[in-house]
Amino acid sequence: MTKTHYDIAVIGGGPGGYVAGIRAAQLGLNAVVIEREHLGGICLNWGCIPTKALLRAAELRHSIDEMQAFGISVGDVTIDLPAMVKRSRKVAARLSAGVTHLLKKNKVPVIEATATIGKPLKNGREVHLSDGTVISASHVIIATGARARSLPGIEPDGKSILTYREAMVPQDMPKSLIIVGSGAIGAEFASFYNDLGVEVTLVEALDRILPVEDSDISAFVAKAFEKRGMNILTNVKLQSVTAGSDSVLAKLDGDHPDLQAERMILAVGIIGNVESLGLDGTAVKIDRGHIVTDGFGATAEPGIYAIGDVTGPPWLAHKASHEGILCVEKIAGGKDLHAIADGAVPGCTYCRPQVASIGLTEAAATKAGHSIKTGNFPFAGNGKAIALGDDAGFVKTIFDATTGELLGAHMVGPEVTELIQGFAIARSLEATEAELMATIFPHPTLSEAMHESVLDAYDRAIHF
Amino acid sequence: MSVNVTMPALSPTMTEGTVAKWLIAVGETVHSGDVIAEIETDKATMEVESIEDGVVAHILVEAGSENVAVGTVIAILAEAGEAVDTISATPVTAAADEAPETPAETPAEMPALVKETTAVAQKSMAETSKRIFATPLARRIAANKGIALDGLTGSGPHGRILRRDVEAAPAAPAVQITPASANAMASSAATGASELVANSQMRQVIASRLQQSKQQAPHFYVTVDCQIDTLLAARRALNEKAPDGVKISLNDLVIRAAAMALMAVPDANVAYEDTHTRRFQHADICMAVAIDGGLVTPVIWAAETMGLAALSQTTADLASRARQGQLRAAEYTGGSFTISNLGMFGVREFAAVINPPQGAILAVGAGEQRPVVVDGALTVATVMTVTLSADHRAIDGAVAAQWLQSFKGFVENPVTMLL
Repeated sequence: MTKTHYDIAVIGGGPGGYVAGIRAAQLGLNAVVIEREHLGGICLNWGCIPTKALLRAAELRHSIDEMQAFGISVGDVTIDLPAMVKRSRKVAARLSAGVTHLLKKNKVPVIEATATIGKPLKNGREVHLSDGTVISASHVIIATGARARSLPGIEPDGKSILTYREAMVPQDMPKSLIIVGSGAIGAEFASFYNDLGVEVTLVEALDRILPVEDSDISAFVAKAFEKRGMNILTNVKLQSVTAGSDSVLAKLDGDHPDLQAERMILAVGIIGNVESLGLDGTAVKIDRGHIVTDGFGATAEPGIYAIGDVTGPPWLAHKASHEGILCVEKIAGGKDLHAIADGAVPGCTYCRPQVASIGLTEAAATKAGHSIKTGNFPFAGNGKAIALGDDAGFVKTIFDATTGELLGAHMVGPEVTELIQGFAIARSLEATEAELMATIFPHPTLSEAMHESVLDAYDRAIHF
Repeated sequence: MSVNVTMPALSPTMTEGTVAKWLIAVGETVHSGDVIAEIETDKATMEVESIEDGVVAHILVEAGSENVAVGTVIAILAEAGEAVDTISATPVTAAADEAPETPAETPAEMPALVKETTAVAQKSMAETSKRIFATPLARRIAANKGIALDGLTGSGPHGRILRRDVEAAPAAPAVQITPASANAMASSAATGASELVANSQMRQVIASRLQQSKQQAPHFYVTVDCQIDTLLAARRALNEKAPDGVKISLNDLVIRAAAMALMAVPDANVAYEDTHTRRFQHADICMAVAIDGGLVTPVIWAAETMGLAALSQTTADLASRARQGQLRAAEYTGGSFTISNLGMFGVREFAAVINPPQGAILAVGAGEQRPVVVDGALTVATVMTVTLSADHRAIDGAVAAQWLQSFKGFVENPVTMLL
């Protein structure tokens, strides 16, 4: 059999890989996507999407508690957990099938296999597939993603000590749960399980939960979580964890009392899938579990690129997709391409209350030497939020006092994950406070709080 | 009810003007059609007529005030029967009209806001007539640092200038008329006796346009000598037969020859416009006229269609009105080609800067008697040296040479251009 040659071989069919494949096809390049399991990757199958389906269920469950205030009486509420999980899986399956269709439509072949990068050729590299065939490609893009990191001495067993993967397909609800790590994944599971009546303890090694967010956001969410009955421990590290058949015992550092719960979820970050890729003997550099690349995905080895989670944080699907597009366009000889700028990737956390942010936190902006103006507008001053019965939260904006640049925007509250794109566009178009102020935001919408926050930064807020 | 008199837009491109002189005073009655002020724009001074009847209640912008944005209220008239002293000096807005009880109080923040935004707006509009695509943040940073955006190359979508492009630009010495830089200029020149004269709008426009021309249009120069004895003889003969009041000048004949040459070599009648080259259908010839404090280039539209008598009358009228500052904006805007003639000053030859966005300019020297060699023998002829400056982006050397050859042909055999 003659070896098939491609312009681009993408290893991994997640949001970085499949998008890279489609973009390559759009540019007239002959690309192939190699996927070992499910198209759509973790995001679509075991991450963003199925968790959103679960969180929606939890949100609906929560809303029942508020029906009375709206004049609606509801009878007995029961939770059918298997049905809830089944729906989540169905959503994931539907989207994965959608990706299959998209690649087919763009005439990008998909090979179901694992891949190892082989020897350099005159026109690229060999790529060895797990079914024994060998293909070749002028450019190889590694988009293999990442997996849950474990802590030394604490091995997830999938029964008592879970990772996100088991946590999103529970067969029954534990009575109590310890969640280690309070980033987006930890906070979302905390919110989900708490809404379904589980006693949640959230443990964070740093001094606040959601540690990458602005400290005002962290404080607000911590307070909201505690109000919901969660136990939050910050500045705490695990000393040891003992897993029994139906219980987990965690010993903490310092003089914190031991924690006991039915289960534990480890959400302490992820590490890149860099093994078995055939990178030994190449110039590709790996730093603490992630492949080192330039702003366009190029590694130190010519012809080998990497995008998405495997290249390091922020571990976000939209970052991976954007990197995939940039990488392919660069390979295709695109002009005027720009690497992702610092702070250009918005982040969303779908706990209750939702959190969304872009750019610098206030602390980071000050540390970077900016003289800043900050605006803050509470949803309590927003008519739509009050009508929705969901007026907890605020919009914080940070401007450079000299240039009017929107350095950062941080939001917590109703549907802020849908709102953050407004600030992302503003930053991408390099708008200043003047354009944001001059923009008419529709009434009555939650987005008015964004406008008011901008106005507030210049002491011009109308409704607060 | 009072009436606002605003800074009028006297030409399509006018963004600001100077109130050169008020012809009315507070308390005077004016009628619709009365001339109330003289407004100086970048190239001309024009009279402004009142469009309302009334009594002058307030003059808000003093004579001599520069860079007054179009639309700014410059005076307020009281309507007939209205007591002048009841009129607020604050311009009346439509909203206030409907609610006359509203006190004319302005928020404390407003003056600063108005000052800030108009300064930015005027600056960006005055920078150049060509639209520059730049993000708001890039504009703000450029303004803060005094970097001119028109010298930058944008790396954003469709060449849009981004923040990073401005930040990568060398921090050019800002040409800002701020008190600080004015002091700096004064001290740097303090070694000799000198005085600082504020640049007129015309001076600033000349400076920016010609700088833009030299920076953007790669100039090259082609020179040729024309023997004009036959032309001078033809001019004498024509003027003897010409109707009263018509006196055809040598310059008229040069314009005629240039118009004919532009028709004969249309490749020289062009302008480079980034993705396209504009090819003009007519010889729309601008003639540079020196006026007090600068120069202006009125246009002779479709000069090739004009007979010499009509051409002569047109040039005489344009030049005369240009010197009096009475040209309308439309009369000095546009054109496909420019002629600059310094012959009357005894200049033998010179090279001119192209009048952007045109593709070429002809510099005409004096006709003077010079020794020439004809058929191996030394003789004397009246010779005029002309130099064509051409924009190499649109006009190549051979085209420029062909054009000069054609021009020289018309000038030396004037019968051919009188057809």
